[in-house]
Amino acid sequence: MKFIQIKNCYKVYKNGVTAIADLTLDIDKGEFVFIIGASGSGKSTLVKMLYREEKPTKGTVEIGGINVGKLRNRTVYKLRRKLGIVFQDFKLLPKLTVYENVAFALECIGLKGSEIRPKVMNALEMVGLKEKVRSFPNELSGGEQQRVCIARAIVNDPKLLICDEPTGNLDPKTSKEIMNVLEDINKNLGTTIVMATHDKEIVNRMKKRVIVLDGGVLTGDHLKGSFKINENV
Amino acid sequence: MKMFRILNRCIRDSFKSVMRNISLSMASIVCTTITLILVAIAIIVTVNVNNVTTLMEEELTVVVFVNKDVTSEQVKNIEDALNKLENKKEVVYKSKDERKLEMQNSDESLKVTLDYLAINPLQDTFIVTVLDVDDLAPTAREIRKIDGVESAEYGEGTVEEIVGIFDVIKKATIVIVIALVIVTAFLISNTIKLTIFSRRNEIEIMRLVGSSNTAIKLPFIFEGFLLGLVGSLVPIILTIYGYMLAYEKTGGTLAVEAIKLVKPVPFVLITSLFLLVIGAIVGMFGSSGAVRKYLKI
Repeated sequence: MKFIQIKNCYKVYKNGVTAIADLTLDIDKGEFVFIIGASGSGKSTLVKMLYREEKPTKGTVEIGGINVGKLRNRTVYKLRRKLGIVFQDFKLLPKLTVYENVAFALECIGLKGSEIRPKVMNALEMVGLKEKVRSFPNELSGGEQQRVCIARAIVNDPKLLICDEPTGNLDPKTSKEIMNVLEDINKNLGTTIVMATHDKEIVNRMKKRVIVLDGGVLTGDHLKGSFKINENV
Repeated sequence: MKMFRILNRCIRDSFKSVMRNISLSMASIVCTTITLILVAIAIIVTVNVNNVTTLMEEELTVVVFVNKDVTSEQVKNIEDALNKLENKKEVVYKSKDERKLEMQNSDESLKVTLDYLAINPLQDTFIVTVLDVDDLAPTAREIRKIDGVESAEYGEGTVEEIVGIFDVIKKATIVIVIALVIVTAFLISNTIKLTIFSRRNEIEIMRLVGSSNTAIKLPFIFEGFLLGLVGSLVPIILTIYGYMLAYEKTGGTLAVEAIKLVKPVPFVLITSLFLLVIGAIVGMFGSSGAVRKYLKI
């Protein structure tokens, strides 16, 4: 069942740079997909188009039947409530505790306090940070901060988890732990995961579907497990 | 219920933000206070100038001097002609004997002079009050054409000059009030921009986790409302006590008897309400504009 459908999509920035060119792509529900490519290959632009931070210049991007590019600025929030986003730089609020950072996402959409608590605790348990609820971000390691970011992204039970280089700032061991967390979410919750990364080792080890971008053009779409580390990306 | 929770959160956040950015908030409050004090002064001047002009305009009359040799029938004809004037509000007849008596009562030296004279040198007059002061000159010209009228006087030149000056003052004060309101909006807007800048991470996360634009904007709008409201308190206190004190000290008149001040109640209360509303509304709109510009929402 196709969950994400991208058809003949172009993204040209105001300065004339073409970030995405004639991209056509389908992603099924529950899939775990890597988007890889060198810097400037357009992977971040593609990810941003999925959560409608950028609009396609031409073509369509559909998520769960919603034409994302057609969404008006004031209705974008409806899409974002259905997905979770994990960032390379975590984007945590330094003055809030781990619990408050995760609860923030639910408070923003107007959930009751009694509904928030079990959901937050559940999400923190999933990422293995239940014992750190009272800690502040600056008291956590990079890996732990990224787990908080993942917990915040999944706390609202999203159908799609978008990860923009989530291991970019982490060492290989921590990266591996984060990838295990993401794989558990994909397997146990059935959440579709789209992850932009340039870490080929992770991609090779995880044996998932791999989409390769080069200069904004789709140069490879490797089915689960068929991507090789020595491939020229 | 969800709406109430979001609203509750907005109000809580705006109070938090005012306290967290206390120095910026204070700067905004002080700026609002200063500009609203100037607004209050401009309002007080405008209303009082208006009051004095209206009072003076009510006093402006055309004095019609009747020829000495007219018969009582002709006087009646003149009165009928004056009553037919479009711009007349009131026509009052004063015979020369009435005027003599009035003059004798008003001044001792005049009394002595008039008593000394065997005859009454004065003329019968009509005092014509007009509806529109701007048409005073054409009305006087029309009166002069009436048969049996010797002259019609209204203080040519001086009246036009005074009315002209008052008109300029009125317009200038209105422009000043509007300019000051715009300045207040600009100051609050700038302060909120700084607050937004310091909270841009939080706002970005709010947008990404699915906060609606309204939910993001509301705390800032409420913050502007609060800043405007608090900023208007000092100008309100100053207006109430300052004006009441000024009225009491001057006895309600300035320099000459003709310049009468507007009575403090309900004037100061209406002005205070106006300042409160200006502060709150300008604060809200100032911050709303800043949020829209900064967040591109």
